[in-house]
Amino acid sequence: MSDPGDGTADEDLQDNVGQQFGRLPATPADREVAGRASRQEVVEFFAERFGIEPAVFEGFSFWEKGKGKIWIFADEMPTPIRIEGLGMTVLRTRQEHWKPTHSAVQRFGRHATTNVIDLTPEQAATFARGEDQDLPEWDGDWGYLIATHELAGEREPIGVGLYVYDELRSTVPKGNQEELSVL
Amino acid sequence: MNPLERYAPLVEDRESFFAACERPLPSVVRVNTIRSTPDRARQALDQEGVGYETIDWNPELLRLDERGPGTSWPYFHGWLHGQEEVSALPAIALDPQPGEKVWDSCAAPGSKTTQLSAMMDDRGVVIGNDNNLGRLSALRHNAERLGVTNLAVTKQDGRNFSLKPFGFDAFDRAIVDAPCSCEGTVRKNPDTLDQWTLDHVHSVSAVQKGILSRAIQATKPGGTVVYSTCTFAPEENEAVVDHVLDTEDCEVVAFDNPLESRPGVTEWEDETYDPSVEQTHRIYPHLNDTGGFYCAKLEVTA
Repeated sequence: MSDPGDGTADEDLQDNVGQQFGRLPATPADREVAGRASRQEVVEFFAERFGIEPAVFEGFSFWEKGKGKIWIFADEMPTPIRIEGLGMTVLRTRQEHWKPTHSAVQRFGRHATTNVIDLTPEQAATFARGEDQDLPEWDGDWGYLIATHELAGEREPIGVGLYVYDELRSTVPKGNQEELSVL
Repeated sequence: MNPLERYAPLVEDRESFFAACERPLPSVVRVNTIRSTPDRARQALDQEGVGYETIDWNPELLRLDERGPGTSWPYFHGWLHGQEEVSALPAIALDPQPGEKVWDSCAAPGSKTTQLSAMMDDRGVVIGNDNNLGRLSALRHNAERLGVTNLAVTKQDGRNFSLKPFGFDAFDRAIVDAPCSCEGTVRKNPDTLDQWTLDHVHSVSAVQKGILSRAIQATKPGGTVVYSTCTFAPEENEAVVDHVLDTEDCEVVAFDNPLESRPGVTEWEDETYDPSVEQTHRIYPHLNDTGGFYCAKLEVTA
């Protein structure tokens, strides 16, 4: 949204068109659509918040469809493009705190090194059901965390948790919530 | 009349054919190699006490002892996807490679589409098309759950599919897993026989010819097109292949089919088909304890 009283660059920007995919600009300076995140900011977000190396995203392109809904695609496409889907949703950016999607964390979360919370088998099952739980022992950051557990001998991301006031809230989407065994 | 009677003359062991059609289908899952490996998936199932059998022709397929795949940790993590054993065949016949551009003309709900992505190591592009919005949403949901990033989803009529949005003008490979009369799914959906009509066979056959023709036109010379259905009707199988052999630049090519099958038929009622359709495959339920299926592999010649 451009601010009419403010004579800066934003007034030349186009509005986001919800029905099409637009490729993210490389950097904020390349921005042509108002409020659109840049590729650089997206990659930096994953690096700063979760320690996921930018190299993990090399070769992928990032797109916006719908306000602030960011998609990751394995190849290139002309921009803008009006189709039904392009890769996988990866991030929501139009709130103050950016939120990685459940699918992004399941797919890329194993590269994370910070803000990762390892859950016990009981906690993991609670989280997968979509339930909030008291977790006062966490002494890391508040905000979005990657919840993991151990499966088949390795750490595996379960989903996105929101940690506030000694509580871990599960943000596993309703359609993905599941009553699973305590391993 | 039971429409399956129509196909009994094509099947040498009538009794086994009918008996198999009445048994429920085994519950099979495919390991999603974008997210895991067959080894780890088996370990996770072991850890959870879920029983399964391996399938000798494909280490990525597991036959579960009991419950469906929806309530286990490896399923929750997108390591597994429910997919009938025989429906893994067309992607194997297509043999897509990482980095290629592949068209799946009738993609929803996406078992085969996501299998293509996994075979391509999730690199390159799969264009997954369907003409039904509800089915497309199932495709999107499945692709997202399995962590597929190389899929672009479109809603077009496959018969006049346009590549205009994509910035390239031909595919390396295409798969037409066509809408059909579906008698082959009788073990999963017994109702399917109640809805069967000969009129539908003829009308859907015209749609199949249209989509397969478009797939051949949209694929590069030297490229591969796979045609598959889950019907036994020659009108929807060999007749469709015979039609494109006449009208498009293509030929039938043999492929290594790990499942037991019977050759495509060259005669049906008053029709005769090109002899090369003998290199296409009919799979009857009793041959491998699967659903019924038909699969043809074509090479685009110009």
